[in-house]
Amino acid sequence: MAQIGIDEWVARSGDRRDDGSGWRKLLARADARVGWWQRLALVALVGLIAGQLLTNVNTQTVAFNSLLYAMLALGLNIAVGWAGLLDLSYIAFFGLGAYGYAVLSSTATGSGGTGGIHLPAIESIPLVLVVAGVAGVIIGLIALRLTDDYLAIVTLFVGQAFMEVVNNIDPGTLGGVNGLFGLDPLHSFGGRIESPIGFYYLALIMVVVLAGILHQLDTSRTGRAWRALRDDPLVASVMTIPVNKLKVMAFSFGAIVGALAGTVFAAQQDTVFPTNFTANILILIYACLVLGGVGSIAGAILGGLVVTIGEQMLSSPNDAGYLFYGLILIALVVRIRPWRRLAAVVGGVIALGFAAHAIVAAVSSSAVAGAPGSSGWIGSAVRDYVIVPANPATYGNVLYVVLICALILLMRLHGTRRLIAVVPTVYIAACCWESRLIVNPAITTQIMIGAILIVTMAARPQGLLGTRRVETLQP
Amino acid sequence: MQEFIQTVVNGLQTGCLYALLALGYTMVYGVLKLLNFAHGDVYMVGAYIGYYVIHWFGGPTALTIPVPLLILIMFALAAGGCGLLGMAMERFAYRPLRDAPRIAPLITALGISFVLENSVLLLFGGFTKSYSTPSFISATNGIQVGGVSIDSVEILIIVVSVVMMLGLRQLVNRTTLGKSMRAVAADREAAEMLGINVNRTIALTFFIGSAMAGVAGVMSGLAFNQISNTIGFLAGLKAFTAAVVGGIGSIPGAMIGGIFIGLSESFSASYISSQYTDLIVFGILIATMLIRPQGIFGRPPLQKV
Repeated sequence: MAQIGIDEWVARSGDRRDDGSGWRKLLARADARVGWWQRLALVALVGLIAGQLLTNVNTQTVAFNSLLYAMLALGLNIAVGWAGLLDLSYIAFFGLGAYGYAVLSSTATGSGGTGGIHLPAIESIPLVLVVAGVAGVIIGLIALRLTDDYLAIVTLFVGQAFMEVVNNIDPGTLGGVNGLFGLDPLHSFGGRIESPIGFYYLALIMVVVLAGILHQLDTSRTGRAWRALRDDPLVASVMTIPVNKLKVMAFSFGAIVGALAGTVFAAQQDTVFPTNFTANILILIYACLVLGGVGSIAGAILGGLVVTIGEQMLSSPNDAGYLFYGLILIALVVRIRPWRRLAAVVGGVIALGFAAHAIVAAVSSSAVAGAPGSSGWIGSAVRDYVIVPANPATYGNVLYVVLICALILLMRLHGTRRLIAVVPTVYIAACCWESRLIVNPAITTQIMIGAILIVTMAARPQGLLGTRRVETLQP
Repeated sequence: MQEFIQTVVNGLQTGCLYALLALGYTMVYGVLKLLNFAHGDVYMVGAYIGYYVIHWFGGPTALTIPVPLLILIMFALAAGGCGLLGMAMERFAYRPLRDAPRIAPLITALGISFVLENSVLLLFGGFTKSYSTPSFISATNGIQVGGVSIDSVEILIIVVSVVMMLGLRQLVNRTTLGKSMRAVAADREAAEMLGINVNRTIALTFFIGSAMAGVAGVMSGLAFNQISNTIGFLAGLKAFTAAVVGGIGSIPGAMIGGIFIGLSESFSASYISSQYTDLIVFGILIATMLIRPQGIFGRPPLQKV
């Protein structure tokens, strides 16, 4: 580092303060020293090592899915994160890719389960990507006339229209509600990919290459122009930035990445169903991107991994407890300082639970007769902690409503009152979790995905890895 | 001819429901410039409130109170509950984001819609619930027009919607609250400087819009019998289309737009194909956007630098 004089040193005091101290400073320093390409190489290396460690077919599939969602989030990031266009038609391009691959490599166009087109992947995938790119241009052209909210709803309709089309038009070829099945394995040049681990490595290569390309795009003239467009389209157009062309490009590029993910998804699944491309999946992809950080490549990848792994953990009663109690603990540790208060709150939560359980058990033994939903050691640890009656469904529903009211109340309180209110809220959350939420992991997952969107936007709009953006001018 | 009149009546019925929903969209858009994606789900919550009111009073086959009173209670509770829900949404989700980048409240709205849909699924189960309207409102006691029987539910929906729309019109044009709503819609900062309580006005706008959505939800349950936790999504999309066709931000526009969408839907269902009604509505939306983006009653937006 170049020598600096006293004035510069004084001028940079703010930066030094922002750097923080202790391990945060060390982390920030290390972060500043490692270049972008080294990081990408590191990610690839970690991915390769992880691939060697994944021995079981289930974990291999989960790993593939998390990379798939990372890829989807990367594609969505182009329009949403960089160009600032709320593209809700993204799911249609994912579906287009999947259906495109399915039609070009199955008996769908043949009759009676034979015939049809069976292109090798090296031909079918580029063909699908071209179609998706053109479709993206068309949607982009429609989008040119629309601003924020209009764009959002029109593109949401595009996704809905895609579902209608695959459900109703030509069920002979597209399979209607039954979908298409029995697709060819991914094959080219005599080689083929069929095993889950093969798909994992394929997805890893794709994510790494895609991240490299997108990084180049982000730092290019086009990337800068997109960000100018996002911050203020009018100013951007005054600066002679071709706003219309850039919007169409953003849609088209996003569509291509989405379709690419779709082809791999179809090949790995071996089937495509219309229900794979509903608005729920769209929200899931949004949750990945928003959690990781809108506008950040690393954030999109991290978001894809975190959300998919979290979803997987939720579906198993053994791991869901780790996720839930772990999240609460992390939230408490991050939000409550100094550690004395933290210790008081955690102690209070534990004491409250055992006290409440003991009191309720003394009054009525049937009110605590139910078993907690968690299994494993967490289940036995909370057996004498949470109150679960013998028939927990109605009780759990009431608690769920109470929990939401408590969370809203918590937002209104500040200072010591908030600290005190945290204790019963956490306990209610634990009771509700053990009696109701964990019993319906599928619904709980969906609620949590929606909650990710709301909470991230309210508490940390830049997500985990994004950079904070300041709106300069309100129209 | 008979089929034609029947189609018109059906179209008016759904059109009125869309118009009530579209009013909520257009009012919220007017004061906040925010597209409330969760509005369709408020309508769904209204339908569920109505369902549980029926079961509270003995169920569709063994009602303990007279039917008009029941319908009144359904409307009142759905309006009140949904209104409070809308106010809570505004207070805790949208207000903190009022000065955030434009995309942030939209993403929050998606999240709220998703949470509402799945919370209802968690609380009330995933089965389609049936209002069983015919067991307490007989389908035969209606009026005859040109050989077509219009049953009482259809009359109820059309009358209630028209009354509510006229009431809203009076509210916006004649009362102080309406005046402050118009002022906030025109320029929020200037309104604040003139001493208008902007937060209260916005909260009340959400209350009124959501209350109308709740009543629309109850009426949809009465008319179509079947409710589920996903009915809000498509209804919301179509109502938004109605608001856009009429000109977003314009109250008469939302009414006309809603009825237009309802009629085109019922005509395409009976004369073209019922499978593609959604696509036809979508086509109308795209066509409006391309030909007259400000809608029938809207004024072209002026972009300020």
